Amino acid sequence: MSTTFKHAPGFVSGDRPKIVTSRFEFADSFTIERYLATDGYKGLRAALTRPASEIHDEVKSATVLGRGGAGFPAGTKWGLTPQQVWPRYLVVNGDESEPGTYKDRLLMERDPHQLIEGCLIACYAAGLSQCFLYIRGEMALAQERVATALNDAYAAGYVGKNILGSKFSVDIVLHWGAGAYVVGEETALIESLEGNRGMPRLKPPFFPAVNGLYGQPTIVNNVETLANLPWLLCNGVAAYTAIGTKTSPGTRMVAVSGHVKRPGVFEIINGITTFRDLIFGEEFCGGIKNDNKLKAFVPGGGSAPWFTADQLDLPFEASQVGPAGSMLGSGAVIVMDETTDIPAAALTLTHFYAHESCGKCTPCREGGTWLERIMRRIVDGDGTDADLQQLLEVGAMICPGDFPHAANEKLGLTAVPFPYKMTTICFVGPSAFAPVHSALTLFRSEFESRVTKRVTIPVTSVSSVKTVATAGVHS
Amino acid sequence: MSRLSEKNLVIAKEIIARYPRQKSALIPLLHLAQEQSGYISKDAMVHLGELVGVTSAEVYGTASFYEMFRFEPIGKYLINICGTMSCALMGAEELMHHAEKRLGVKAGGTTQDGMFTLAHAECQAACTEAPCLQVNYRYRLRVTPADIDNLIDDLQTGKLSDEIPAHGVLSKVRQVIPADRAVGAIAPELVTESPVWLNGKAAL
Repeated sequence: MSTTFKHAPGFVSGDRPKIVTSRFEFADSFTIERYLATDGYKGLRAALTRPASEIHDEVKSATVLGRGGAGFPAGTKWGLTPQQVWPRYLVVNGDESEPGTYKDRLLMERDPHQLIEGCLIACYAAGLSQCFLYIRGEMALAQERVATALNDAYAAGYVGKNILGSKFSVDIVLHWGAGAYVVGEETALIESLEGNRGMPRLKPPFFPAVNGLYGQPTIVNNVETLANLPWLLCNGVAAYTAIGTKTSPGTRMVAVSGHVKRPGVFEIINGITTFRDLIFGEEFCGGIKNDNKLKAFVPGGGSAPWFTADQLDLPFEASQVGPAGSMLGSGAVIVMDETTDIPAAALTLTHFYAHESCGKCTPCREGGTWLERIMRRIVDGDGTDADLQQLLEVGAMICPGDFPHAANEKLGLTAVPFPYKMTTICFVGPSAFAPVHSALTLFRSEFESRVTKRVTIPVTSVSSVKTVATAGVHS
Repeated sequence: MSRLSEKNLVIAKEIIARYPRQKSALIPLLHLAQEQSGYISKDAMVHLGELVGVTSAEVYGTASFYEMFRFEPIGKYLINICGTMSCALMGAEELMHHAEKRLGVKAGGTTQDGMFTLAHAECQAACTEAPCLQVNYRYRLRVTPADIDNLIDDLQTGKLSDEIPAHGVLSKVRQVIPADRAVGAIAPELVTESPVWLNGKAAL
């Protein structure tokens, strides 16, 4: 096949178990020849020799956690479809666009057949009769690789009618987006797939597993989640759960970016590897750039509340990161060293979420924009101390009550656990506030030193009226 | 004049046939229209509406939601410089300033010769390779200001025309579902029974 450019770099291999990246070392890992030569489609064949319900049970007992952000077990999700309602669909969420996240694109570019095999196993196990593989619009190479892989797989009899000569038949349709972050939300993804504006649907009551694409039961799974299935079927539940911990078995892909010596994407052992390992470990990023000090890091993609050095020893385990005040999200760590301008860094994320708001829910559409504008004026040096309060007030309109944040010994803060309450349908609104809240809670002094102090002046004194004039002028 | 060409009409019909509901094909068809002309014209939207059975207003309603669709001609090469956190930490702003100076346009602008459109972009999923940019959605990673100069030189002299097609062309490979292998899309209301392989027995 003619490919227009080389592999995207970024992946760093290591002496660790490999579930989804086992073929990444080969230059031709994306070809069907390489896939078949390295146990490709063996998991599918194994699945088809057993009843579908057994395969479903197997995935359930392996607790394959969703890798898209929410971390919901895939097998359980498949079981939420109502009985006797047909057809059911599979929608693959390849709309990776969470700031800091870089794993699904690698999986699609470097091992598209593994994803295809994962889709087929899911369709077989959960009785899904058509699969739509939704790839982010901006990922031209991933689209080329998956299209080529699908064409080859159809020709070789792995996809389509009577797969491997069996009774199992399913089409996988390649679909691609056109640039909208919110479409990564599963109901927005379904709207987009129906040819509409990608705005999330109100839920509850109806989750996609009950009422999704065309009003039918629909399973939406992340690329990485499905990429785990071929290995699971080849090696069995015991081998899968032997890696990682009981609540977070297997591995997961994590991208570490920002101020580290060797940024990269790693397949790490779930539940065990800590943030300290990742950021400072020699086999991972090898420490902070220029041996600077760590100031803060985002543990799970742009939407996640921030951590500081106090949380470095937490492992990649949702049941520990949640109570500590943040989330693991989509496996993205962004590291900020001591030279980082915190308000400016937070602004880049708030700008992102304000920009990507679909406009359906008022608190997000208006609130996100407010947050961005206030943040921008603080960063530009035009803010006042009243703006700091205003940021929190606007944030409280999106997320009423205590917003999660990390503990901090120096500041005397105790952790507020995840999750937050929210007044919006999806997480874009709260995500605009998360960086603002974290920055303001953990690094308030950086904001205070940047804003003009407003003084209340009694109207009686003429001399103080003069102060009004000067107090309003920014230095 | 920019309705879909005969050749693209064949492709469009193939795409539509893959979905249980025609409107689902809208975004892929909009990409096809953009591939044909570099942008999406009113005529194209009318045509797509006819093909999937909705009004051209509905087509525009969908299209205008998505950032990649353009409704007027832009430069042959769209340079999207990422400015989200990881890239910002690694010097994206400096890159943007450099590109603005080099091209003589501000972010969002198109050069007078119609060669380049420069734009600020959001996270492009290459965060470990920051700062990054895309030219017509083809990546350039760990970019320095000097890289930008070289890139622009190479694009101007046509050195990269094999790798980077004109704006509008995304994947150079199309999915083709052979007729003898296709299961085919069926409208959901016509499906009343469970899939045949869910009979408690192994499929193979």
